[in-house]
Amino acid sequence: MNEQTWDLVIDADDKRGRASFKKIWQYRDLLKLLVRRDFVAFYKQTILGPIWFFIRPIVATIVYFFIFGKVAGLSTDGVPPVLFYLSGLMIWSYFTETVTKCSGVLLENAAMFGKVYFPRLIMPLSIVFSSMLRLGVQLLLLILIFVYYLFTSDTISLTPAILLVPFLIIIVSFQAVGLGLLVAAIATKYRDFSMLLGYILQLGLFLAPVVFPLSSISGKFKLMVSFNPMTFPIELFRHAFFGTGSFSTMNILYMIIATVIMLFVGVYAFNKYEKTFVDTI
Amino acid sequence: MLTQFSLMSVAISIENVSKAYQLGVFNTGSFSNDISRWWALKRGKEDPFLKIGEENDRTKKGSSNVVWSLRDISAQVEQGDSVGIIGRNGAGKSTLLKILSQVTHPTTGHIKIKGKVASLLEVGTGFHPELTGRENVFLNGAILGMRHQEIKKKFDEIVDFSGVERYIDTPVKRYSSGMFVRLAFAVAAHLESDILIVDEVLAVGDADFQKKCIGKMNQLGHTGGRTIIFVSHHMPTIKALCKKTIFLEKGKVHSFGETGDTISTYLSAYSLAKTGDGYIPKGISLHGSGEVRFTRFLPYKDEQGCEDFFFGEKPTLLIEIEVFTDVSDASIGLHIINVLGDTITMAAPNENYKSISLEKGKYEFEVSLEEVLMPGEYSFNLTISKYNTGSDIDSVESVGTIRILRDSIDHDLDYPWATVHGYFKPRTSWKTKRI
Repeated sequence: MNEQTWDLVIDADDKRGRASFKKIWQYRDLLKLLVRRDFVAFYKQTILGPIWFFIRPIVATIVYFFIFGKVAGLSTDGVPPVLFYLSGLMIWSYFTETVTKCSGVLLENAAMFGKVYFPRLIMPLSIVFSSMLRLGVQLLLLILIFVYYLFTSDTISLTPAILLVPFLIIIVSFQAVGLGLLVAAIATKYRDFSMLLGYILQLGLFLAPVVFPLSSISGKFKLMVSFNPMTFPIELFRHAFFGTGSFSTMNILYMIIATVIMLFVGVYAFNKYEKTFVDTI
Repeated sequence: MLTQFSLMSVAISIENVSKAYQLGVFNTGSFSNDISRWWALKRGKEDPFLKIGEENDRTKKGSSNVVWSLRDISAQVEQGDSVGIIGRNGAGKSTLLKILSQVTHPTTGHIKIKGKVASLLEVGTGFHPELTGRENVFLNGAILGMRHQEIKKKFDEIVDFSGVERYIDTPVKRYSSGMFVRLAFAVAAHLESDILIVDEVLAVGDADFQKKCIGKMNQLGHTGGRTIIFVSHHMPTIKALCKKTIFLEKGKVHSFGETGDTISTYLSAYSLAKTGDGYIPKGISLHGSGEVRFTRFLPYKDEQGCEDFFFGEKPTLLIEIEVFTDVSDASIGLHIINVLGDTITMAAPNENYKSISLEKGKYEFEVSLEEVLMPGEYSFNLTISKYNTGSDIDSVESVGTIRILRDSIDHDLDYPWATVHGYFKPRTSWKTKRI
């Protein structure tokens, strides 16, 4: 037999991941359809339809406004409370939603992954894009209220910092995917970790400046909160809109390095485990 | 796009592929195992848990919890060949397909593939109940690796093949299971690929549709020049579709060759009464509720077990059963099976296939086969079921192979031809006169 060129080599000793950008690009139509499926299936057989995308952040904002703003009397850095809570919650819930969904991606799709192969990374990618779509809808809501305050109050003004928003969304997405995929990989064998994740995310709400600004805390607590990789994306997000927030160059550097590490570790672990996870599930 | 290859080029080359599975429950014990395994591998040592593996024999409880589902499989499939894979449950057929489809990864060895692979381990993977038939065709097609344009181009053909045109814009949750399967298979059948890997998906759907599916696959294989790998328990389908067949046994390749030869090997490998006195071991039964068990099956002549009969000789078959609970409406069937696994006819204890009543205890049936079988090899399936409900009580497959030889015992009967013409010698009467 002559030398042949092979289109596919499956080698047991190959420890590398098998996903490549080229392969993922070949499946871009699937990615599109999956995002669409998520979006459409979400409000099939509902009366209000896509309006549900707005209801959740509005209700949460109202609840937080009363509990933390009125009852606990926490500061909002001089930002109108509605904008303060809405902006924090938006980013935070985008993060938690993406992490939670990514962490279940292997277990929930096990039946399908056990029957057909396509680059597994397509699935978490579709999660990120559909979460991002929802975030986009909420961002519209935020912008509407923002514009209202822009004209009615003089505490809010538009600055070039607003251009940071896309960059921050990418940072948050990378962190969420990284953490989510790491848990997804480990949870194929040890379900404990997906339980643990739920608690960590609940706790995380209070270790991130979601319901309070970083400037309102100090000492050890502030140090702890500063270690949370999600802290500065939130602070910077508020900075982009309202010009508030406290951060240093070091903080931003830390945020970027943490993001790169999280993304790398998560994708590495996922690629390593996705090859054989159907055997252990 | 399909790529043209020169003749006789290898499409799939499987080299020393093995697959180990860890049995049992993953719990706290496996966490510490994992850590010690990781530590061993880090120091460049062999995986301590793979060394103690054993072959996959489902009837015995093994001492280790690692089992080799496939062991050192090597095979080469040429481009354009259609290859069947047969073997008992647990022989590793599905594992091999899963590895070829990249659903799971081999433990050792490697596989090289030339061309685009489409695999169909299940019909309708990824179908979403809320989406319409149309939306699902696109989604399922994309999951199987088709581009949007490709599906669009073939959409009408797919819908036409499935025959569910009227419901194409209805959510698939309202489909009957038959419609669901039709649509799903239609998508898969229109995949553009060089290699098609198909698991026993044809077992679903009605007979008409199955025929259509097999026809489609035949068309893909013969005129489309596609390489096909096909797993089935159904020998006639394998025979109809595949040129060559691999017979897997306990994770190893037992034989690989022309389909006819491999199927014969397979069937005779599982004829139980071939050796000894025909007692049927416990646990061989395929399914059934178990009130009655077939305990023995033996073809014999001259007071002893026998495999070879001369043409014209009438074999006697001994069947023994044990009844554990009274059954008032037992329906016993003795199926005569040809080398392809087809039932050629079925006999029962009474003329009209009516039920008989059995009380607790043991029974023996002595069956004399009055019809003359044509030369060839035959085996038998035994079934017992409830006459009224049709539910199985016990069933055993391919027991007691017999061979009918071309020579006859006396010169009154003779079979001089090389080819065999059918299964039974018909009883005819000929009146001859010169005109």
